[in-house]
Amino acid sequence: MKGYLRADGRKGIRNVLLVTYLVECAHHVARTIVTRADSDSIQLIGFPGCYPNDYSLKIMEQLCTHPNVGGVVIVSLGCEGFNRERLSKTVSESGRPVSTFVIQESGGTRQTVEAGLQAVGEIQREIANAPMVDMGVEELVVGTICGGSDGTSGISANPAVGSCFDMLVDRGAACIFEETGELIGCEQIMADRAVTPELGREIIEAVQKAENYYRVMGYGSFAPGNAEGGLTTLEEKSMGAYAKSGASQIHGMIKPGDIPPRGGLYLMDVVPDGDPLFGFPNIVDSAEIVEMIASGAHIILFTTGRGSVVGSAISPVIKVCANPETYRKMADDMDINAGKVIEGRAAVASVGEEIYQLVCNVAGGEKTKSEALGHQEFVLTYKQFEPIGPACLPRR
Amino acid sequence: MTDKRFVLLHPSDNVLVCCARVTAGESVVLEGKSVTLHTEINVGHKVARVDIAKGARIIKYGAPIGSATDDIAFSRHVHLHNMKSDYIPSHTRESKQGEER
Repeated sequence: MKGYLRADGRKGIRNVLLVTYLVECAHHVARTIVTRADSDSIQLIGFPGCYPNDYSLKIMEQLCTHPNVGGVVIVSLGCEGFNRERLSKTVSESGRPVSTFVIQESGGTRQTVEAGLQAVGEIQREIANAPMVDMGVEELVVGTICGGSDGTSGISANPAVGSCFDMLVDRGAACIFEETGELIGCEQIMADRAVTPELGREIIEAVQKAENYYRVMGYGSFAPGNAEGGLTTLEEKSMGAYAKSGASQIHGMIKPGDIPPRGGLYLMDVVPDGDPLFGFPNIVDSAEIVEMIASGAHIILFTTGRGSVVGSAISPVIKVCANPETYRKMADDMDINAGKVIEGRAAVASVGEEIYQLVCNVAGGEKTKSEALGHQEFVLTYKQFEPIGPACLPRR
Repeated sequence: MTDKRFVLLHPSDNVLVCCARVTAGESVVLEGKSVTLHTEINVGHKVARVDIAKGARIIKYGAPIGSATDDIAFSRHVHLHNMKSDYIPSHTRESKQGEER
């Protein structure tokens, strides 16, 4: 397996050029640049709000310096609160080429699009020469999420991903599972898997924080489709989701944008700190995918029972379909058919090995179904976090 | 013995999970007993493995996943109509559990 070596020493599995808007008012200009550039590797991300937010700045900095990213074009309207100078400086200091365009200073829509397109062309030529070097499985960061879960998810796709996670962790990779609001009811069994009792206590508190947050919002992380698919309660969905974490010890807890310090299994606490503010912790699956990518995930393993079609900007998304009926209806969108387990035609461990092999192939350049179909979903909204406590990342 | 369309996930569970759709009126064998299903059971849905009393915990994966809001007889569908979360109420497009529909 070969990776793109970045100037900061990190290694990526894709060579993406990001065009990013810093407020909704700059979205159309940025999107027009991406549409006209017409290349799978030139991708759009952005932040809609006008007010500044430490979390969204951190996430944007981590995304723009992600190992899968080679260079960045920043599109600002000019009057928004987002700290464009700091974002540009962070990208530049990482050794990546970056160009910033301020629409109010560039003469409006047409001129900014033309100037942006020219910059995209220049950066594209520059990053085409990014050196390719050997890269091992132990250098990968892999995240997992479930979306559109049903009663089959927790029996087939999720434990199969757990089995793949065990293989990855054994080989030294860093694996991230997340959404503490979808682990309500699993807090004690997770704490028992933590490498230290102090980490276990932090995990329990993180889940309690999630429960309080969702209670204040008035809804748990439970969608009508979950119920139609046979899931009745949030804790039932949690038990199924939890199976994605496999059987390894839990080595640490991180928050969105924190990079796992070394290989191992990490829980990501995605629920904001402090009083509930800004609405739901993650308004949709894509917001969680973005957070895991901001924490360095090269690849996302997405399990689904009802059938989700999303992919992502920056990092490839591998879809693992839990339900054999859904697989038959939506095979074009699914990379792995874990529904075989439901039909009694395959064991969980063999599907786990199939996922592991695909992770290696995708890291080696093979396109996932969502990549080939052009899915590049992206969502980033407001949040607030305190830094992670020392007990969350025990030294090893 | 149990019909292979229903799976027991953990020995302490009091529900079975459906792996292939079964229609209403079909006869199936659950836990060695032949029963006629009252309602259609779709993939991913649960049926009672034993008689479950109102207020008792529903156990799946060997862990509690909520409580019965009604007496649930052996072989009956276990879902929003007869169980609830012990944490945060579930919701459908029409309503939240426990509210007027």
